[in-house]
Parts: sequence; structure tokens; C-alpha cells
Amino acid sequence: MKLSVDEEKCCGAGQCVLIAPDVFDQREEDGIVVLLDADPPAELHEAVRESAEVCPAAAIRLGEDV
Amino acid sequence: MVGASAAGLGTAEALRRKGYAGRLTVLGAEHRLPYDRPPLSKQVLSGAWEPERAGLRSRDALDALDAEFVLGDAAVSLDPEARAVRTAAGRTLRAEAVVLATGLRPRRLPGQDDVDGVHVLRTLDDAVALRGALERARRVVVVGNGVLGAEVAATAAASGARTSLVGLQPAPLSEQLGERVGGLVARLHARNGVRQYHGTGVEELVHEQARATGVRLPSGEVLPADVVVVAVGCTPATEWLATSGLRLDDGIVCDARCRAADGVYAVGDAARWYHEGLGAHVRLENRTNATTQAGAVAANLLGGDVAYAPVPYFWTDQFDVKIQVFGTPRPGAEVSFVEGDEEGGRFVAVYGGERTRAVYGGERTRAVHGGERPHAVLGWNMAKQARLHSRSLSTAGAAA
Ligand SMILES: Cc1cc2nc3c(=O)[nH]c(=O)nc-3n(C[C@H](O)[C@H](O)[C@H](O)COP(=O)(O)OP(=O)(O)OC[C@H]3O[C@@H](n4cnc5c(N)ncnc54)[C@H](O)[C@@H]3O)c2cc1C
Ligand code: SF4
Repeated sequence: MKLSVDEEKCCGAGQCVLIAPDVFDQREEDGIVVLLDADPPAELHEAVRESAEVCPAAAIRLGEDV
Repeated sequence: MVGASAAGLGTAEALRRKGYAGRLTVLGAEHRLPYDRPPLSKQVLSGAWEPERAGLRSRDALDALDAEFVLGDAAVSLDPEARAVRTAAGRTLRAEAVVLATGLRPRRLPGQDDVDGVHVLRTLDDAVALRGALERARRVVVVGNGVLGAEVAATAAASGARTSLVGLQPAPLSEQLGERVGGLVARLHARNGVRQYHGTGVEELVHEQARATGVRLPSGEVLPADVVVVAVGCTPATEWLATSGLRLDDGIVCDARCRAADGVYAVGDAARWYHEGLGAHVRLENRTNATTQAGAVAANLLGGDVAYAPVPYFWTDQFDVKIQVFGTPRPGAEVSFVEGDEEGGRFVAVYGGERTRAVYGGERTRAVHGGERPHAVLGWNMAKQARLHSRSLSTAGAAA
């Protein structure tokens, strides 16, 4: 797996969803991140990297080749 | 980068992501690798997390960044023309560009440094010290009823201490959220056993043999405490720039590109930049701003021309309630609940905008109807829904 999220850290800011809506979503009930695609295609890697950087809770971890 | 926290690290990361391959140096006054501050008043303070968990990046991720971290050494002066930074340990660092990201320093009460048992909360060390004190505390008084003070009071009360919250705002967070939602925060705190004294400052710290025993209110009443937390706001950590010739005015004054001088940029809590959407210089003290502004600065450093004009956003946790705020609620703004309700413990509130203006009726309504948009959106345990509603905000409407 290339990508993981830490639900306990996530504060529900939704920044990731704004940047990479094909990869991240938020739960309806509490806004916590939902990983839609743990192995996103190459053309989304830049957006995923930006999401991980911008996530205000450092809740998104990148695997080796993202 | 001067300052090795959210904004400084964020700039370094954004530079690399955008393809910068040259040298990067990150100078930080603290000894620690970059860590995150929001958990300090939440999971770290409650003891739910070990302090290490607040680290912003793994060792591997920091290695991959290929930046030199110079830690435990504070910048003491800047020569903007030479782009040279001198440090307390006697280093001189020169670069093509310097990014100022030194954040804030908490304000203190007069005499507080001479009294034991009085805490501020800004650094991980502060959080560890306060955590230890709370474990033994019987009575806690938090001075300051803004976002941080209310959060600390919630965490202290939830961990079993008898907690009082005192501050100048008429209700907790009312300056940030308006009086109506501030009132709901007060109810939430009351339900959880926090005693509250709003609309009042503190006359002085009371102590015996240099140990805090409470605080005295202007009314003369003394609130007893073995731990006092002072959360009365912060000031930008810019003393070290006093001789730099840069304009300092409650922050490092920058243009719309976050540029303070040729090759000198500011980012994060310490930066006051010209927000083109709002037509004013603004300074934001929140976590998302630190990284999104870092992205804009990185783009401009690499030859871009990005005017930074975000919709402000912050969140806060108060007991089991997660509050998300997009835009900046204006004092006295009309508030309408567009999803959920107070009783259900979940709602989205919209500040200003046509929905509320429509009640005025008649011709005037139509005129307003066409132009006015909401200027802020708040989610109370409705993070996703609030974000969706926030799409109706224009940057220009999100006035500070
Ligand atoms: C307890 C707490 C809880 C918070 N909770 C939330 C929240 O829930 N939601 C939210 O949106 N925001 C929250 N914030 C705000 C958020 O953490 C800040 O907006 C963010 O940390 C700003 O990042 P920064 O890098 O600009 O400044 P800082 O994080 O303050 O970092 C500045 C760094 O510069 C260093 N420095 C200072 N002077 C010098 C010098 N002369 N030379 C070298 N280094 C120097 C400092 O040691 C520090 O490490 C919270 C803040 C605190 C303290
Ligand atoms: S950006 Fe981070 S904190 Fe926000 S929803 Fe995504 S994972 Fe959670």
C-alpha cells in the first residue's frame, strides 16, 4: 500500500478532499477522512503529495513511490 | 527558512515539491524536530498521546527533504540586503532568499515569571509541563476565554480537575464565533462543569511563597487554584528583526505576494500580508494558513506571481464538539442555521448573506439579495457539511 491515513489525527479540515477528490473523502457523520484510493495512479501523485503537505493534522502518510 | 515549525517546514516541502533542487537550510530556536501545535492543547495535554506523536514528519520524510536543519539556535538579526542571518551561537547564514517563519510568543501576566504553578502553552515543553501539573492539580484557573483558553479549560475539566475559565470576552470564543454560538460554547462548558467568569479581566495573580494560589478578579473575588494557565493571546516573535529595517506592525508587513523585501518573505503566524480579496493587511493565527501560505511563498520564490488570498479557516475541539470555521464571522452578523440544529448537537451556521437579509422584505431585500453573500460558515460537529457550505463564500466576502 502506498498511502495511508491516521483517522485519530485527522481533524476533519477537508483540505485533502479539495485538492484530490478522487483519492480522499470525508465521513458524513464526523468529517473524518476516508481514503478512496490507497494506490492512486501516477497523474494524481502531485496532488496527493500536496494533500499530505497541506493536511493540518499531518494525518496523511505517503508510501515509498508516491 | 527561519523558524522550523509548520510554516518553515511547509515552505521547504513546497519548494521541493515544485522542483527546487538547490540548498535549503531550516533554522529553529527549539531543539526539537518540527512538531505540530494543535495537539498540544488536545491529545498531548489530555495524555491521550505521547508527546512524540505530535511530530510533523517521520525521520525518513525529513531525510528525503534533503534540507539542513540547524536546531537549538535562534536568529538574532537579519541583514535584508545581504540576505544574511546571524544566530545566537555566532553562525552567519547567507542565502539567495530568506523566509521568516518565527511564529508567536505568548503574552504573560505581570509577575508571572516569578511565581510557580503559572503556565503558558505554546511549545511541546510547555504542554509536557502543563500535563504534569494537571495530573496533580485539584483546582485549575484558565485566564483568557479565546480559542486556546477555552480548549485548555475543556481538556483540564475532562481530565478531572475543578476548572474555572475567566476572560474579557462576553462569552467564550464570542469574538471568533459571534455571541450566539459563543453562548452555545458557554452552555457546553457549563454542562461539563467548568465555572465561567466572562466579561472580566484578572486583577492579579495571588501567591504564597512564590507559589500560585489563585487569581484575583477586579471585583475582589479570589478564584483559588493550584495551577493557573495564562492564555491571553500572543505577539509575533519579531524582536530579532528590530534592526533589520523591515516594517514591523503586529507582524512582518508584506505585500500581496508575502514579500517583506527583495528576496525576503514571511509566512505563518508572524506574517501580516496584503490580502487582495479583503483589501487589507491581515495576519492569521491558524494552522492551515501556515501551510497554504507556505505554498504561495514557495511559488513566488521560484519565479511565480501568486497573490495569496485565502478564505481563512480554523477548527477547535471543545469537549466532544469539533467546530470548523470558514471565513471570519463579523461582530453582530446575522446567524442562520442551515443544517441540523442546536438541540441535536450538530449544525451548520451561516453568517450574513441573503438568507438572513430576506427577512427585511420589500424592495430593499431584492437589492441585497442580488449582491450579498454569506461571509462565514461554521460547522458544529458537521465538518463535511460545513466545508460543502463554505463553497458559497467568496474570498472578498470573508472579511477579517
Ligand atoms: C496549543 C495550540 C493549539 C492550537 N490549536 C489550533 C487549532 O486547533 N486549529 C488551528 O487552526 N490552529 C491551532 N493553533 C495554531 C497553529 O498551531 C499555528 O497557527 C501554527 O503553529 C503556526 O505555525 P508557524 O510556523 O507560523 O509558527 P510556530 O508554530 O509558532 O513556529 C515558529 C517557530 O519559530 C521558532 N522561532 C521563533 N523565533 C525564532 C528565532 N529568532 N530564530 C529561529 N527560530 C525561531 C519557534 O521556536 C517556533 O518553533 C494552535 C496553536 C497552539 C499553540
Ligand atoms: S486534510 Fe488532513 S485533517 Fe483534513 S480531512 Fe484530510 S486528512 Fe483529515
